[in-house]
Amino acid sequence: MSKVLKVRNLTKSFGGVCAVDDVSFDLEKGRLLAMIGPNGAGKTTCFNLINGQLKPDRGSIVIMGKQIAGFKPHRVWQLGVGRTFQITATFASMSVLENVQMARLSFHRRTLSIFQKVRNLYVDESMELLKLVGIEKQRDHACGVLAYGDLKRVELAMALANDPRLLLMDEPTAGMGPAERSRLMEQISGIVQTRNIGVLFTEHDMDVVFTHAHRIIVLNHGKLVAEGTPQEVHANAQVQEIYLGAAETARLEKR
Amino acid sequence: MGFYVAQFLTGWADASGLFMVAVGLTLIFGVMRIVNFAHGSFYMVGAYTAYYLIAWLPSDGVSFWIGVLLAALIVGIIGVIVEMLLLRRLYHAPELFLLMGTFGIILIIQDLSRWLFGAEDLLGPRCPGLDGSVWIMGSLMPQYDLALIVAALLILGAIWMVLNRTRWGVLVRAATEDREMLSALGVNQGRLFTGVFFLGSFLTGLGGALQLPKGGADLLMDLNVIASAFVVVVVGGMGSIPGAYLAALIISELTAFGILVLPQSTLVMMFLVMAVVLVIRPYGLFGKAELAPHEPAGESGAVLKPASVRLKWLGAALVLGIILAPLFAGDFQLVLLIEIAILALASMSLYFMMGPGGMVSFGHAAFFGGGAYAAALMVYHLQTPMELALLLTPLAVGLLALIIGWFCVRLSGVYLAMLTLAFAQICWSIVFQWEEFTGGDDGILSIWPSDWAESRIVFYYLTMVLCTGGILAMRHLLFTPFGYTMRACRDSALRSASIGIYQKRHQWFAFAVAGAFAGLAGGIYVFSKGSVFPDEMAISRSFDFLLMVLLGGVETLSGPIAGAAAFTWLHDQISRFEFWQLVLGCIFIILVVAFPQGIAGFFSSKTERYFSEPTDE
Ligand SMILES: Nc1ncnc2c1ncn2[C@@H]1O[C@H](COP(=O)(O)OP(=O)(O)OP(=O)(O)O)[C@@H](O)[C@H]1O
Ligand SMILES: [Mg+2]
Repeated sequence: MSKVLKVRNLTKSFGGVCAVDDVSFDLEKGRLLAMIGPNGAGKTTCFNLINGQLKPDRGSIVIMGKQIAGFKPHRVWQLGVGRTFQITATFASMSVLENVQMARLSFHRRTLSIFQKVRNLYVDESMELLKLVGIEKQRDHACGVLAYGDLKRVELAMALANDPRLLLMDEPTAGMGPAERSRLMEQISGIVQTRNIGVLFTEHDMDVVFTHAHRIIVLNHGKLVAEGTPQEVHANAQVQEIYLGAAETARLEKR
Repeated sequence: MGFYVAQFLTGWADASGLFMVAVGLTLIFGVMRIVNFAHGSFYMVGAYTAYYLIAWLPSDGVSFWIGVLLAALIVGIIGVIVEMLLLRRLYHAPELFLLMGTFGIILIIQDLSRWLFGAEDLLGPRCPGLDGSVWIMGSLMPQYDLALIVAALLILGAIWMVLNRTRWGVLVRAATEDREMLSALGVNQGRLFTGVFFLGSFLTGLGGALQLPKGGADLLMDLNVIASAFVVVVVGGMGSIPGAYLAALIISELTAFGILVLPQSTLVMMFLVMAVVLVIRPYGLFGKAELAPHEPAGESGAVLKPASVRLKWLGAALVLGIILAPLFAGDFQLVLLIEIAILALASMSLYFMMGPGGMVSFGHAAFFGGGAYAAALMVYHLQTPMELALLLTPLAVGLLALIIGWFCVRLSGVYLAMLTLAFAQICWSIVFQWEEFTGGDDGILSIWPSDWAESRIVFYYLTMVLCTGGILAMRHLLFTPFGYTMRACRDSALRSASIGIYQKRHQWFAFAVAGAFAGLAGGIYVFSKGSVFPDEMAISRSFDFLLMVLLGGVETLSGPIAGAAAFTWLHDQISRFEFWQLVLGCIFIILVVAFPQGIAGFFSSKTERYFSEPTDE
């Protein structure tokens, strides 16, 4: 079975707004699937449904062959799902290393241990992860004072800490400069190919998307409007219209 | 039939009084997101001011009403002064500092009232023209009760008019519903806040003044009323004015009729209702979940560092001081040191759940007093020896905390805190009313240590070993995976869930651990005093613990110890001075304004460099 994620007829509304509307797609091992769409298209909501933070109104989500209906986030995580957030969420009162150690402790199911001190636990493994994402130098910095781009990397290291099969990344490169952006995406591509992880990510930078994604799905007003390889999506008239339209309104608003 | 109607009307009148207490509080919370603990104090000032104004005004038909209105106005102005001089500085500080600032105001108003108005309970004046009774379906109803029902409805209507028919009211509603939008509209937030605080305080003062003919005025009103006001606000949904009315009505009617079925239920009915409502609807009847719940103490949480060699030396010096103290200290000082150690252990346990655990408890006395009672009951009923009692007490209280915590961790923030208060109040009233078993108000006497520990010095060492051991054990826990996970859940619920941490379970265990250690403290306490009374479980006891933790600062591990020591010492020193609460209140306010990190936090920030220099071990 090579499908890590199977989403069918996923639907979620908030009050009157249908944030995700009848969305279906698949994701295979070792592949990068980009989910794009203008602001408010429902991307983050989709992520929140997949990792169990929100309950869908309708539809099914199958991760690693398991229905996750009614699962809380920590149960979804047990299936091997790592997640990074659009607005970074890390433990502000801990150092970078401790953040990753925390994820590692959870992976080894040691969060209820009360004898050993954290200081000596899983340091090497955590350093490996920090090196993997390239922030080993900041190991002792408090997360509360880190630059935004570095926080994104800490999140990535934490998401990788449970040897995930499925990685959900909500705008992994937001807040980075173009050079750092493509370097990080390069690294991520490398990691997921060697570890055979399926990745679902969103990204507003189209260069990043078209260079690194194997497949792309396009959301607009919660609906899936296009799906295909980068070339197919690039050529899709409807997608161009959505993006041109969005660019047009943005330009009008600026005036 | 007539009897039930009368009972219903009595309940309704009580509900009207409750609503008048709560409406200002919910209004202020809705707009400003401030939990104003000094609310009850404003209520008390309203009652006293009205009493003296009415007595001073020439007595004709209208002087009563003029007095009431003037008193409300004066309270409103006091509110404005407090808001402009103090609260305004704290809007951007962590919530706990606001709590501490309002605590300071409670203490100050308490002593100023004693000084200005005297310590005697005052019997309220009658309301001219409404001091008789009327027959309603064969039952006698006081006219003033009916007047209160009408008055509360008028207030409800007037607020509705203001909120819906004036531009200012629209802004207030907008601020309650969507804060972002408000700043987008370009509203002067400072002026709006002052206005709302005025209105809230005015309404409270009005409530205090209007209940004079029924309840009079006394110095205990402030704390008595604040608990009920919070219950009503929380049950109704914080920020919801119709919710407050409905909650007051439900609570009062259940109390009015509950008394017929089970006379003992009056003391707890309110808290039972709250517990049930919060378990079923975590945000109250009409409340809404905050769209973006702010993560407590996120930014300011300091990184926890293991003790450096120098800090260990300091600790060793402290231990040496404790060991040698009996050589220098007299009997009285030893008693004081024993008390400090016990309270330090109890505050450390509260800090444990409040700081790293991120769960504020307003009812920690349930566990401290619970421990005291558990030990006392074991000795009294089963002749349990002290050693066994001290061993079993933390286990028993840990179990109690597991039960209470199971409900509490479902909530967060103020709602969680209020639920702890509710459970504490339920525990208190059980102890208070179950006289055959707990001795009720008379307490349990003659609980003395075993023979070998009877001498003051031996008991001193025993206390020190247990308390230091308990404090060090909790400190150790904070450095273990369990302690880290607690902090992880506090720092970011989102992130901890997405790395597979089941937040509720860890919070639940943290709650139980804190309870168990508070129980141990209570157990030792009862042997040191020889007796226990329901007061050890009362709200004011819970507040003492909060004061100690806040005084020490919630950001340092040494905070609770410093706080307990400072509190006990201050209490001892300045309680010889008649207005010691005034001094304590001023200290609090100076602390929050000048050193928002608390005493220990202040010193540790000054000495951090010295104590955290890299050392190899
Ligand atoms: N908790 C919520 N309550 C109400 N409405 C919500 C909630 N979360 C999202 N929405 C609405 O659902 C729609 C989709 O939001 P979502 O955050 O999923 O978009 P997005 O594609 O991630 O946008 P962006 O590119 O800005 O991150 C928006 O209209 C948003 O206002
Ligand atoms: Mg988004």
